[in-house]
Amino acid sequence: MPELLVGTRKGLFVLRGNGPGDFDLAVRAFAGTTVEYAMRDRRSGRYFASVTSGFYGPRLMHTMDPADGWEQADGIGFPQDDDVSLERIWVVRQGEAPEQLWAGSDPAALWESNDGGLRWTRNDALWQQRIDGDWQPGLGGLALHSICTWPGEPQNLAIAVSAAGVWLTDDGGATWRTGYAGLVPEYMPEESRADTNVLCVHNMHRAAARPQRLFMQFHGGVYRSDDAGSTWIDIREGLPTGAFGFPLVVDPANPDSAFVIPMTGAEDRTVPGGALAVYATGDAGATWTTRAQGLPPSDAYVTILRQAFDGHGQGDDMSLWFGATSGEVFGSLDAGRSWFTVAPRLAPVTSVRVA
Amino acid sequence: MALVTLRAPLADLAGGNRRLELPGRTVGETLGALERSWPRTRGWILDEHGAVRRHVNVFLNGERVDATASVRDTDMLHVLPSITGGI
Repeated sequence: MPELLVGTRKGLFVLRGNGPGDFDLAVRAFAGTTVEYAMRDRRSGRYFASVTSGFYGPRLMHTMDPADGWEQADGIGFPQDDDVSLERIWVVRQGEAPEQLWAGSDPAALWESNDGGLRWTRNDALWQQRIDGDWQPGLGGLALHSICTWPGEPQNLAIAVSAAGVWLTDDGGATWRTGYAGLVPEYMPEESRADTNVLCVHNMHRAAARPQRLFMQFHGGVYRSDDAGSTWIDIREGLPTGAFGFPLVVDPANPDSAFVIPMTGAEDRTVPGGALAVYATGDAGATWTTRAQGLPPSDAYVTILRQAFDGHGQGDDMSLWFGATSGEVFGSLDAGRSWFTVAPRLAPVTSVRVA
Repeated sequence: MALVTLRAPLADLAGGNRRLELPGRTVGETLGALERSWPRTRGWILDEHGAVRRHVNVFLNGERVDATASVRDTDMLHVLPSITGGI
């Protein structure tokens, strides 16, 4: 039975069900508090929730049972003599080494755990890059929101920061290099684009079946890399409104297959024309097709946030799930060819992950 | 020692204690003692820099104070969420 972890502005909702009309609210946790992101480590079964209280600040919580027993993880926080404070934890991701997990935060820092997520340490080599590079925040903060592991290769990682671009390591985070080539920051004056490090990546995922390939939703445009993130190819042709957006899902079995949900550009950030639609490519971005059957065709002026879209399985039977700022959650059991409403009226959705 | 009064969820994190006697010469030291006695409260009231979080209010004998305020034995310390609104 699919289990969806839906982070919202008013807590974590755990939804369980099999298909259209069948989902139940199994658990609500952290009532009244923003849950930025929630996931389950499928190796250990441990659940993680990034929780940001308007009163008591941000923290990473974990439990083996989402209905009870949430405890605070240790170590995600900046030293007292640093000039920054933790604002938000954007993402938690299974690593490739046993009991290894990664997390990304605002301010942009990468955190590593090697005990199943109980204790964390900051990656100081990347943190030094932030200081040396004077990284600039995007509208949502200085967010390390995307962490792409390489199947079977714990030393190899690609991460993305809004707005400090793509960073790559092949030595487990001891050293880092940029993956900027090919990205065009159209929000900068032309004469400033070549040398800038203000690269506003909105989302990035690796194609697990061909790890050299990554897909990226940029501030304007969708890109693909076929060389592990070093250089990027613009694949926006066929997408609406300059291909602005946040959500991105890649089929783990088919490296040519990816899904995005475009939005009208940076000034609006809602679905173009109020017609909610997922766009799919099956040829690595050469062409895009609309997959909207069952989604609101009009008057849906909603935003889908960057962590609020996930997939499970693969191929034609891949399930896709996303939540909107309107509080609706939608699902598809056929790779987006048809959609149904999973939950009609939750709080504004910040993240969706299949447990 | 000062008498520190907590409400939920802080009291829950402090083992269900709504009132605790804690040592300290300042508000920061007293709340640090709370964190050492009840580690689950760590980071909830004081941020990484030892300052009282922006949307948490600490009242010392009825007066709102910051972490540097001096504390004497028999003082009363109330920790409350602020009334900042929003949805």
